[in-house]
Amino acid sequence: MTSAEIKAAIESQHPGTIVEREDLADHQVELKRDQWLEMATFLKNDPNLSFDQLECLTGVDTGEEGPLETRYNLHSMEHRHKIEVVISHDRENPKVASIEQLWRIGDWFERETYDMYGIVYEGHRDMRRILCPDDWEGWPLRKDYEGQESYHGIVVPKMKEEDGWE
Amino acid sequence: MGVVKGDQMILNIGPQHPSTHGVLRLEVMTDGEIVSEIRPHLGYLHRCFEKHSENVTYEQVIPFTDRCDYLAAMNSNFGYVVAMEELMEIKVPERVDYIRVIMGELNRIASHLLALGVYGLDIGAFTPFLYMLRDRERILDMFEYTCGARLLYNYMWVGGVSHDLPKDFQKICIGFLDYFEPQIEEYNNLLTYNKIFVERTADVGVIPADVAVSYGVTGPNLRGSGVKWDVRKDEPYSIYDRFDFEVPLGDGHFGTLGDCFDRYWVRMLEIKESVKILRQALKDIPGGDVHQMLPKKIRPPKGSVYRRTESPRGDLGYYIMSDGTPTPYRVKMRSPAFTALSVLDEVSRGWMISDVIAILGSLDIVLGEIDR
Repeated sequence: MTSAEIKAAIESQHPGTIVEREDLADHQVELKRDQWLEMATFLKNDPNLSFDQLECLTGVDTGEEGPLETRYNLHSMEHRHKIEVVISHDRENPKVASIEQLWRIGDWFERETYDMYGIVYEGHRDMRRILCPDDWEGWPLRKDYEGQESYHGIVVPKMKEEDGWE
Repeated sequence: MGVVKGDQMILNIGPQHPSTHGVLRLEVMTDGEIVSEIRPHLGYLHRCFEKHSENVTYEQVIPFTDRCDYLAAMNSNFGYVVAMEELMEIKVPERVDYIRVIMGELNRIASHLLALGVYGLDIGAFTPFLYMLRDRERILDMFEYTCGARLLYNYMWVGGVSHDLPKDFQKICIGFLDYFEPQIEEYNNLLTYNKIFVERTADVGVIPADVAVSYGVTGPNLRGSGVKWDVRKDEPYSIYDRFDFEVPLGDGHFGTLGDCFDRYWVRMLEIKESVKILRQALKDIPGGDVHQMLPKKIRPPKGSVYRRTESPRGDLGYYIMSDGTPTPYRVKMRSPAFTALSVLDEVSRGWMISDVIAILGSLDIVLGEIDR
């Protein structure tokens, strides 16, 4: 199926879940955050869609005032079609349902995005940092991230605008 | 009254351990010698390459990609430039495509040789490792001859490659292939058909196909489980649709479908397929310029792209987001080794500690790419 047909299938089965957005490309679709788990189950289990592979999960910080986003690249091994699902998060309190039990790789992908953006995936059975140490402060890939001065007595080098690394 | 679990033990493998192929710590919960759970602890090599990328220009990201998968740096470059070119909607000269395929496949052979050799080493077969490294060395010599570097090439650029092939490269490469092809039989005699090796790997660590797909396992590991999925065939990029080659699948050669031996065997067969592709590419390569004229500072149009390519370890994906400036807004690397490692816990449960080493080795992970 093409992206337009996939979107039409979502719209006909679950009307009102797609969020209208001008700035997204054809292969992307934004879904409502509070219905994500239900929609993910539908996308995976519907025989016409059967997205059985979660290719990639990317966190995005859209800027100072903008929301955080999680982007799911889904692919179907059976039908060989794909779609990118965008979920927006409130910047102050980013939360969304976890899809870790649907696609098992979601476990580590969500931990990584939590580690980098502080987005909490509710229902995840092991929500810990994965790449940074457990006691690291802040969310490194957010645009407003300020690195900590020192970590257990080790000075953390900082990037300066003009001169490069200190 | 509680039950005293006298046989339970937590064993730490790593961070510095030869069979973890880098800096990885496995927290292994055991019951006697049977593994009940594995918790991998990652991040020892974490450099946050994705944050660095947001502070440099698009071209300056390429050396970072080298340092992620340092055993197949050509393929890491390849994935990035293919994604960039898709984002910018540019086409590269035909010669560039051929050079990239040649380099990518040579690097695939080099990477698989190391993977197979080290796998033998993990299990206790020392000799095949030396034979395979000897031949890998000749591939690295060819890379050095072409672009000056042996491991971290920074060879493929957006819109071109850094150097054209040397004049006698074709002759050298065909000479190498003529020498190399009979060697594969030698590896088989040394390692593949070795009874001890087969006993250690066949029927061990079976990954069923649905588990593999759900865990995002890709590349030779997925094909070892019998799923026919190769990005070069199924979502062709560059000029891979022009070549005639097979996608080898695991078939439970000496045991169950999807066991360690199948993953090993698929890699061995893939080397032969790469040789096939190389021979076709070397025959058909056209002349021409290898530097597409591009402005010094690349400014892709606003938007995002997700593109995956077939690296020796599996689907290597790049998510690149541009806001129209010369620095990337977001670069995300979907690392095949990261997803392959995540399946370790599920597959290893119920096996002995020594089998965990065999399973981990068969997944062929590179820690530089897992931790990024």
